[in-house]
Amino acid sequence: MSHLHDPAFLRGMTQPRTRREAFRIAGLSAAGLALAACGVQGQKAAPPKADAVKDYWSQQTKHGRVVFANWPEYMPEDQAPLKKFQSETGISYQYKEVIQENAEFFGKADPVLRAGQSLGYDIVVMTNGVQLQHMIQLGYCVALDHSKLPNFAANAGEAYKNRAYDPGSTYTIPYTSGVTGIAYNTKYVKDDITSIEALFDPKYKGRVGMMGDAQEIANFGMIALGVNPEKSTEADWKKAGEKLKAQRDAGIVRKYYDQSYIDAVSKGDIWVSMAWSGDVFQRQLAGEPVKFVVPEEGGTIWTDNMLIPKGAANPVDALMLMDFLYQPAVAAELDEFIQYVTPVPGVQDILKEKAAKATGEDKKALEQMVASPLMFPSEADYAKLHTYTTLSTQQEQVFNPIFQSITQA
Amino acid sequence: MKRLTPYLLALPSWMWLAVFLVVPMAAMASVSLQTGNAIDGFAMTFSFSNYADALGRYSTQLVRSLWYGGLATVAMLVIGYPVAYWIAFKGGSRKSVYLFLLLLPFFVSFVLRTISWGFLLADDGVVFGTLKGWGLLPADFHVLATTVAVVGGLTYNFLPFMILPIYVALERVDPRVVEAAYDLYASRTAAFRRVVLPLSLPGVFAGVLMTFVPATADPVNAQVLGGTGNTMIGNIIQTEYLTNLNYPTASALSFTLMAVLLIGIFIYARALGTENVLEAAAR
Amino acid sequence: MSAATTLTRRPRGRFGDRLLHAYTWLIIVWLSSPIAVMILFGFNDKKSKSNTSWQGFTLRWYQQLFDISDLTTALKNSLTVAVASTLITVVIGTMLGLALGRHRFRGRGVTNFLVFAAISTPELVMGASLLSLFVSANLPRDALTIIIAHVLFSLSFVTVTVRARVITLDPSLEEAARDLGATAWGTFRQVTLPAVLPGVLSGGMLAFALSIDDYVVTSFVNGSTVTFPLWIIGSVKTGIPPQVNVMGTLIFGIGVLIAVANAVAARRRRT
Repeated sequence: MSHLHDPAFLRGMTQPRTRREAFRIAGLSAAGLALAACGVQGQKAAPPKADAVKDYWSQQTKHGRVVFANWPEYMPEDQAPLKKFQSETGISYQYKEVIQENAEFFGKADPVLRAGQSLGYDIVVMTNGVQLQHMIQLGYCVALDHSKLPNFAANAGEAYKNRAYDPGSTYTIPYTSGVTGIAYNTKYVKDDITSIEALFDPKYKGRVGMMGDAQEIANFGMIALGVNPEKSTEADWKKAGEKLKAQRDAGIVRKYYDQSYIDAVSKGDIWVSMAWSGDVFQRQLAGEPVKFVVPEEGGTIWTDNMLIPKGAANPVDALMLMDFLYQPAVAAELDEFIQYVTPVPGVQDILKEKAAKATGEDKKALEQMVASPLMFPSEADYAKLHTYTTLSTQQEQVFNPIFQSITQA
Repeated sequence: MKRLTPYLLALPSWMWLAVFLVVPMAAMASVSLQTGNAIDGFAMTFSFSNYADALGRYSTQLVRSLWYGGLATVAMLVIGYPVAYWIAFKGGSRKSVYLFLLLLPFFVSFVLRTISWGFLLADDGVVFGTLKGWGLLPADFHVLATTVAVVGGLTYNFLPFMILPIYVALERVDPRVVEAAYDLYASRTAAFRRVVLPLSLPGVFAGVLMTFVPATADPVNAQVLGGTGNTMIGNIIQTEYLTNLNYPTASALSFTLMAVLLIGIFIYARALGTENVLEAAAR
Repeated sequence: MSAATTLTRRPRGRFGDRLLHAYTWLIIVWLSSPIAVMILFGFNDKKSKSNTSWQGFTLRWYQQLFDISDLTTALKNSLTVAVASTLITVVIGTMLGLALGRHRFRGRGVTNFLVFAAISTPELVMGASLLSLFVSANLPRDALTIIIAHVLFSLSFVTVTVRARVITLDPSLEEAARDLGATAWGTFRQVTLPAVLPGVLSGGMLAFALSIDDYVVTSFVNGSTVTFPLWIIGSVKTGIPPQVNVMGTLIFGIGVLIAVANAVAARRRRT
């Protein structure tokens, strides 16, 4: 393969192969080899210049269509909010439930965006975390034109306008949020759990569930040590790592879970677990013996964010839809279905009114929602909630091994 | 024409494998020798140390995977051979029906199967909950989140891939050959050991190949059924690739895994004397 | 299928045969046991989004089977892909199996190695590297790329199964047919194919099961085409709708019906 490192050869291979298009098979092989030879190009993105953002948006026009890629069950089955958008704006939509996991979605999107091609989606929803950070760092997101987001400006809660991972909402605006705290099964745990120490309590040996995600578990290790994850240092990570390792070695942890923790805790396989608020709330509504608390030491809040990926065909239409979802009535309709934390605080009053008018089962469910700190955290609740640490690439290379060596031993 | 036959037969598959397997693997081989990170980019530095580093960090998980894969393969062989044997010799005209039934659960998505298993095997679920209620099991007994669950899951999920090739090989064994052995006063065991077993070895070889290899590389069972300390190499590759975007390490680990498996299969083929067995069977 | 006849004389071990018969059924039941749970929860009158605890009997989900249009499309996509990739794989895999099992030719070792490599490539790596390939070749990801990928990972399974069969066949049968004046094609159709058919059928079933069950590789090369497993995995996050159980039940039910019909037909033929 020595000729692969001849620069002239490389140039030849990496230039557009228009003449070879006729030989698709040959083209495929050549492309693969070119890929092998030149490695993966870095694409570190500089912060956007105001002029460039303006230029970009001034060249865009409304196309009358939009493709929205979201997580499953994040939209009522009748898609009423989207239908309303269509009838009000004349923009036709395609709604695709194609995102199942941030890491996997990024793994699929990365080669496409790296090659400068379009994902085929105009709006994508991603959780704040490593992958979203990579999307931003690699310049895969279109900087938003906030002059076209009046509803967001008017209706979004303050905390949702200023997020550490995307200051000034340059690239993203929230779709919905959720809280990471502790869930426990009331059939097996008779005490009221209030402290994060319950997760480290030998009393629950083999009955504790922790999350496998490095960020999530690191946060809880640090909160247990009284460290604010947002302001943590490398030394804090190491200490948290030691605490979590001791917890594992003592046999307290049964397993490092993905979302399957919720089944495990509601069935009683585990009794106490790190948990996401919406999951637990849905189980409660179903009458299962699970309870959710934000530990007194603190919990974390995460957000699923809407963004426009680079190369999107219909950015103007996408921006209109993103803003449309910030109309309080629309946000209320969404939240009633999603049952996580909405970024629009006005929703609580709307649901309250709706509950007053409703009857029977609906009324009961709506009242439960309005009163739930899992859907509408109070000021005091918010004060206890931390966000994920924002890591540089270099920090990531230290951070990940510390916690992965615990969850993946 | 006759000389060309094998080449013509192999041509479509060659093309498929060359374009869609060899080319991407060449790319992967190159990536495995690069250094850098996803944000600033990777550059070719011929760092063979990627392999040493990866192996040094993850040898535990690699060895564990081979061990789990091996255990599951033995379990599959022991469980599956009698089934294949009975269907091949006593299945009568309903052979394909039995095979179909064995495979049918696999037409329903693995997600549904896994969730159902979780339901059945829950600590206080229909099975163990009942047994515990009767006092037959201690209260803290559990199968989920243990090594047994992972190896059991692998065994369950790949069992048909063991049964089918063994069946395929056994099915062509002429029952009259077996009867001839009986006529020569061979015992049932002797007839099996001297006649049936050697004739089925190509099937056993294929079965082991088709189960041991994917079982060792599988990330799903460990993730769904395992607990702390059950992580397999497939999970590590997944994390390195998708979460850490550490493409060189992920590629190096993949190649290491493939190489180890290749060597393992080669030793196994030698030990079994497969080629000789095949020659004998063909005569 | 000369060897397919059952034993006419059973000298010893009738008991052993019965035991093995019962054992085979036990294994079938074991493999199918999770399906029972799946079927049950297709009748669950669940109130919330999660479908994990029993809340009463209903036929609602059967009436609303096709209400979730994306799910219906996903199932159709899966079936299309599975049928197409199985057909392709069976044809080219059988050809390769014949070549490897029957002929000695240059490149046989390399081919064996490639067949092995295709099985041993971790799914994730195969998916990711195929995606890179398709992207750099500017090939849009859709059902076609899914089929390409599925053929790639099931090819080895068909090849190995057929090869295991071919290797144990007696080449003199074909020579005899040739000597009796049969053409090459005639020999293949009348002698070789019937003899390897059990291997081909088994390989085909494996390929179909692999295709309809695949998640990892598909998730890389699907573009915006969603298959059944992909859709289900997605809905795990917030609770799988019972329609999924119903569809699974129907797939299983149709399978059982085919098996029963097949068995009945076989019995008719015999009597």
